[in-house]
Amino acid sequence: MIETLLAVRDLAKHYPSQGTTLRILENISFDVAKGEVVGLVGESGSGKTTIGRAVLRLIEPTSGTVTFDGTELTTLSAGEMRRQRPRMQYIFQDPFASLSPRMTIGEILTEGLKIQKIGTAKEREERARKALEHVDLPADAYNRYAHEFSGGQRQRVGIARALALAPEFIVADEPVSALDVSIQAQVVNLLRELQQRLGLTMLFISHDLAVVEFICDRVIVLYLGRIMEIASSEDLYASPQHPYTRALLSAIPMPDPDAKADRQILKGDVPSPANPPSGCVFRTRCPVALEACAGAVPALREVAPGHFKACIRDDLG
Amino acid sequence: MNAIATGTDPILEIDGLRTEFRLRGGTITAVNDLDLTIRPGETVALVGESGSGKSVTSLSVMRLLARKVGAIAAGSVRFRGKDGTVRDLVTLDEESMRQVRGNDIAMVFQEPMTSLNPVYTIGDQISEPMRVHQGTPKGEAWDAAVALLEKVGIPDPRRRAGQYPHELSGGMRQRATIAMALACDPMLLIADEPTTALDVTIQAQILELMQALQRDTGMGMLFVTHNLGVVAEIAHRVAVMYAGRLIEDGPVREVFRNPRHPYTVGLLKSMPKLGDATRMKKAGETLNAIPGMVPSLRNLPSGCSFAPRCSYAIDACRAAVPPLAAVSENHHSRCIRWQEVRP
Repeated sequence: MIETLLAVRDLAKHYPSQGTTLRILENISFDVAKGEVVGLVGESGSGKTTIGRAVLRLIEPTSGTVTFDGTELTTLSAGEMRRQRPRMQYIFQDPFASLSPRMTIGEILTEGLKIQKIGTAKEREERARKALEHVDLPADAYNRYAHEFSGGQRQRVGIARALALAPEFIVADEPVSALDVSIQAQVVNLLRELQQRLGLTMLFISHDLAVVEFICDRVIVLYLGRIMEIASSEDLYASPQHPYTRALLSAIPMPDPDAKADRQILKGDVPSPANPPSGCVFRTRCPVALEACAGAVPALREVAPGHFKACIRDDLG
Repeated sequence: MNAIATGTDPILEIDGLRTEFRLRGGTITAVNDLDLTIRPGETVALVGESGSGKSVTSLSVMRLLARKVGAIAAGSVRFRGKDGTVRDLVTLDEESMRQVRGNDIAMVFQEPMTSLNPVYTIGDQISEPMRVHQGTPKGEAWDAAVALLEKVGIPDPRRRAGQYPHELSGGMRQRATIAMALACDPMLLIADEPTTALDVTIQAQILELMQALQRDTGMGMLFVTHNLGVVAEIAHRVAVMYAGRLIEDGPVREVFRNPRHPYTVGLLKSMPKLGDATRMKKAGETLNAIPGMVPSLRNLPSGCSFAPRCSYAIDACRAAVPPLAAVSENHHSRCIRWQEVRP
C-alpha cells in the first residue's frame, strides 16, 4: 500500500513585475509517496527551486494546495505552520551562504531544536552530536565555526542541521552543485545512505541529470514553470517521451571521447515568463512542434503506467 | 573531435611556470613547475578543482595577476605571435603585453558580465579592440562587429549591436564575448569555464559554436574547465592539475581510456554516468568517491600532494614530489606507480 506523504495540486506562483505578471509556476500537480525520492529537474527559470520553497511555504504560492500527511499547509497560520516545520527541512545549495559565520556548529545544529522548544539543553546537544555522527563529521566539529571547514564539510553541516530535527521530509536544493567534483560523490553517497537508513522522503532539486538518476525513484521534468514529463527514473532515462526531455538528455556532454555525439541542439533561448508562448510553452524551441501546439496547453497524460507527458504528439516513437 | 591536430610549430610553450601569491601568513605556490604546449588548431583542456591552479595558469599567460599579491616566480611562456616571432611573455614589457592581449591572445570568462561593460553597447565593445589594436575606422569596425555577431549565431545582429548587455540573455551574452574575443583574429583563445554558468542546452550551443569557429580560424585554444564531459567533447589534449601541479597530460582519448594517475582515475570514476546510474542503483553500488579533501596550498603534504587521498600511496610517495613519467611519447603521469594504476 503506497502512502502519499505530499500532495501538490494546481500550484501556481506569479510575481508582479514592471506592470506585467511573471508566471513562474503554473498548474503544478504531483504526489510524493512516503520514503520516495522525487527529482525536480530543469534549467534556469524552470521553477524547480520555487516549487521546493513553496512546498515548505518558504514562499507563499499564488494558488493551489500543498497537503502534507493529510494537513493542508497553505492555509495554516504561522504558528500552526511552525509546529509542522520540524517534520520538513530544507538543504540549501550554497554551504558558504547558508551557515552563520558567528555561530559554532553546535549552535547552528541546536538552533532549530531551541526554536521548536524540543528537549533540554543537554538533550539538544545529544541530538546535534548524533546528527554530526550521521554525516561523518568529527565530534570536535561541535565547538568550531563554519569557516574552519571545507565546502564538502560545510554541506555535511547543512545536512546535519536538517537531520537534527528528525524530519520525515527533506527538500534538497542542488545540494552538491557548489562542491568540487571529487567531493560531490561523497555527499551524494551520504545523502542516499541517510535517505535509505532513516527512511526519508525527499524532493531532490538538481540540474545534474546523472546524479538525479542515481538518487531518485521518480523524476519530474520542468520547463518554464510547467511540468513536461513525469516518470520513474528507470523509464525516463531509458525512454524519454517529451521532446524537451530528449533534447535535455542529449545536450549533456558525456565523459567519454567515443560517445556518439548524436546531439539534438535546441535553437534559441528559454522565453520570458512575462510572456510565455501560448499553448505548449516549449513549442518555440521544439524541433517537432505543430501548429496545433500553439492552440491549447497540452494536458499531462499517462502514456505508459506511471509515465506522464504533456505533449500532443504520440507519433514520435 | 579529438583527432590529433596537425604537427606545426607551437603557438604557446609554457616551461617550468611557477606562480606565487603573497598572502597574509606566507607565500603560496598556486602553479608549480608547469609545462604545457599548444599548437595551432589544437584545443588543450586544463582540468582541475578549486585551488588546482588552472585559472591562475591562464591569468599568468595573460599576465593578469593582481600585481601586489601575485607574480610569476619562475619559468617562461614562449608565444608565437601573428608575425611569427617568438617572445617570452613573462619578461615582456607592459606596453608590448597590452598589444598581445586582445590582439594575439583573447580571453573568454565564465561570467560574460566580467568582460562586458554594462554602459556600452555590444557593438561598441566588439569594435573597440579592432579600433585600438588595428586602427580600423569606426564605421568599418562597427560593420565588422555586426558581421562577428552574425558569425557567432546572434539573430538580428544589426539590432543587437545597438543594444546593451542587460538586454541579452546569458547565452547571447556569452556569444557576444566570444565575438569580442575573435574581433582581432587571435592566434590563441583562452576560455576559462566559458559554459559553466550556462544551462546545458545553451552549453551545447556554445560548445558547437566554439568548435566551428576553431575549425574556421585555426586558432589554438586553452579551455579551462572542471567538467570532464566538456573535455571529452571539445579537447584534443587534456592536462589535469592538482594542488598547483600538472599530474597527468595526454591526448583526450588516451587519458580517458587509459588514465595513469590515481587522481585522474578517481575523477573519472567518481560521478555517475547518465544511463548507467539506474543499473548502479539496482546493484546497490555506491559512487566511487575520492576520500578526504583537496589539501590547502598553505599546508601541502610532503611529496605527492595527492598521497593522503590515494589508495596506491606508499612511503616513497611522501618522500619526494614524483617526476612526470612518460607513459607514452605524449602521455605523462606524475605518479611513481603509474605502471600499476588501473582505470
